[in-house]
Amino acid sequence: MDSSVVAAIDVDRLQVSYGSQPVLHGVNLTVAPGEFIAILGSSGCGKTTLLRTIAGFQKASGGSIRLFGRDVVDMPPEKRGMAMMFQSYALWPHMTVLGNVGYGLRLRSVPKDEIRSRVAAILKILGLSGLEDRTVTNLSGGQRQRVALGRALAIEPKILLLDEPLSNLDAKVRIQLRSEIKSLQNRLGFTAVHVTHDREEAMTMADRIVVMDAGRIVQVGTPEEVFDRPNSPFVASFMGAENTIELDVRPSGFSVEVHAGNGSAATWDGPVPVGPVTAYFRDDAASLEDPHAHIDGSLVLPGRIAQRTYPGGSYRYLVAVGDRHFSVTDGQYHEVDRPVGLRLPLELLHLFPATQPKGKVHA
Amino acid sequence: MSGNVRTSLASAAPASIPLPVNQGLPAPRVRFWAYGSTLFKVLGLGAFAFFLFGPLANLVLWSFAERWYAPFKLPVTYGTRYWEVVFRPTGDAMSSLLTSVGIACLTVLVALAVSIPAGYALARLKLPWRTALMILFLLPQAFPSVAIYINVARVFYSIGLTGTVPGVVLVHAAHGLVYSVWIAAAAFAAVDRDLELAARNIGASPLRTFFTITLPLAAPGIMASAIFVFLESLDEFTGTFFVGVPQVTTLPLLLYNASMGGNYQIASITALILLVPSVLFMLVIERFLKADVLSKVGQ
Repeated sequence: MDSSVVAAIDVDRLQVSYGSQPVLHGVNLTVAPGEFIAILGSSGCGKTTLLRTIAGFQKASGGSIRLFGRDVVDMPPEKRGMAMMFQSYALWPHMTVLGNVGYGLRLRSVPKDEIRSRVAAILKILGLSGLEDRTVTNLSGGQRQRVALGRALAIEPKILLLDEPLSNLDAKVRIQLRSEIKSLQNRLGFTAVHVTHDREEAMTMADRIVVMDAGRIVQVGTPEEVFDRPNSPFVASFMGAENTIELDVRPSGFSVEVHAGNGSAATWDGPVPVGPVTAYFRDDAASLEDPHAHIDGSLVLPGRIAQRTYPGGSYRYLVAVGDRHFSVTDGQYHEVDRPVGLRLPLELLHLFPATQPKGKVHA
Repeated sequence: MSGNVRTSLASAAPASIPLPVNQGLPAPRVRFWAYGSTLFKVLGLGAFAFFLFGPLANLVLWSFAERWYAPFKLPVTYGTRYWEVVFRPTGDAMSSLLTSVGIACLTVLVALAVSIPAGYALARLKLPWRTALMILFLLPQAFPSVAIYINVARVFYSIGLTGTVPGVVLVHAAHGLVYSVWIAAAAFAAVDRDLELAARNIGASPLRTFFTITLPLAAPGIMASAIFVFLESLDEFTGTFFVGVPQVTTLPLLLYNASMGGNYQIASITALILLVPSVLFMLVIERFLKADVLSKVGQ
């Protein structure tokens, strides 16, 4: 990041506790102006607490939050000049669409006619033209969240906070709103912090992904970095690499030999930890081959197909290797109970020293 | 209840259509049981209606009876003479009706002035002794009222509040606070916190948020509590008797005096007048008190 530009959000060693229960243990995060950040983590990891502390709904017990260089840690939420979208929409049921979207402008003493025209302009962008006088309780979920987006954008915030705003919506509306929010962000240039537990949502919307676990940030990076090069077993399994297998890495000359328990081995010259390791891989990283195949740069483990399902596109197999089961996605149709070779390309495995405590498997 | 009768009739109807398949009981017996249960329900309803409306019918009869004495089962002569007496503009009844309504309105104002801030605090702030505070408002109802009001009357006498409208209003308000505080706390608790945070978030001060978001959303529940307080004040007797007499005469006191003096006609008409606001407001309350508020009462 360019250090000459003042960060839009600069969270420094932020600590938050509920009573005596610490929730955030010193979080550091810097967000550049105009950047779209997604905070990803399972429930209870502190991601919503982090967002609500940035918004000012939750008191920090230590550390600082600077917005464009201004320390706001002791400021009430109304002084922080940001806007938020809530999972519950949080629209005011006793007001019309105009009342909801225009509320922030009314607070700023904008004349009535101007509020009406500005709200109309916002509703037009959101595809809600002509709904000004409808009560919000008569709208569909997607329309409600659009109104909430309009209410947030009406005050032209520099920072938009999104607290899982899409998780209550239908799959189709969710994908639509995802790209709408993203393109509005490109157009208007606000900084966005999006909290979600949906990996795909985070990947498709964000410039950078922040993975949190147990009140700490465990990895920050572009979607490609976090997905392809997870820095811990937790991030690997959270990003979908839920298959694990114990391997042994032995140095041999300038490269290493990777041994699986059943005697199959492959040489590899990439940077890997040496010694006993645990490999994490996604079901689409592995593929099915002939049980006796030898492929350079890949381990082939002989096994048997235990189960086959068709989620659409390609088949998903459960392959039994010894007493372990691995889930594999493969385009080819295979009969159940057939002997197969489970091919693990070494470049797609995430290897971590086996002594490292195993990350929680994300359900 | 009438719905039950209707459904049992409806379920009896298909049974009377001859069915090709034997379904256990033969058709005439099914019909007998269906009619039997309908008859039982009608009798039950009749008994219920008698216990509920019998005394009311007696009141109505008395209010139109000009002469009614033993051994006659019904009034000897009917007429509206006593209605004219009651509704004479200079009569005691009209002035005590005005006193009653005036005191009830003032009681509502006093109760709301306490219950809106108290209810909000109980619903939103993390108060120590929260349960104890809630029970504190219940106390006036928990002890025998006569014992309490005798002592209240003594205290009020020493500070010159006996026989005054403010004194009676205070007694009524203390009595009504249990409804208004508990219902107001429930009404505020039913307002989703995110709705307030959404307003704070885009720049509203806490006070502005309270008046534009929280209070309007809690208003139906608070209206309901105000109605309860109004009705309680209108019907209140014991407190008014010990604190207000003889200067302040409300309708229940007039009713008491009339029936003690053997003037059943005046007593009946007063009772009927007292019934009107209760019935009207009960119809309104049902619309205001929503399930989400009711489920939070006393929490």
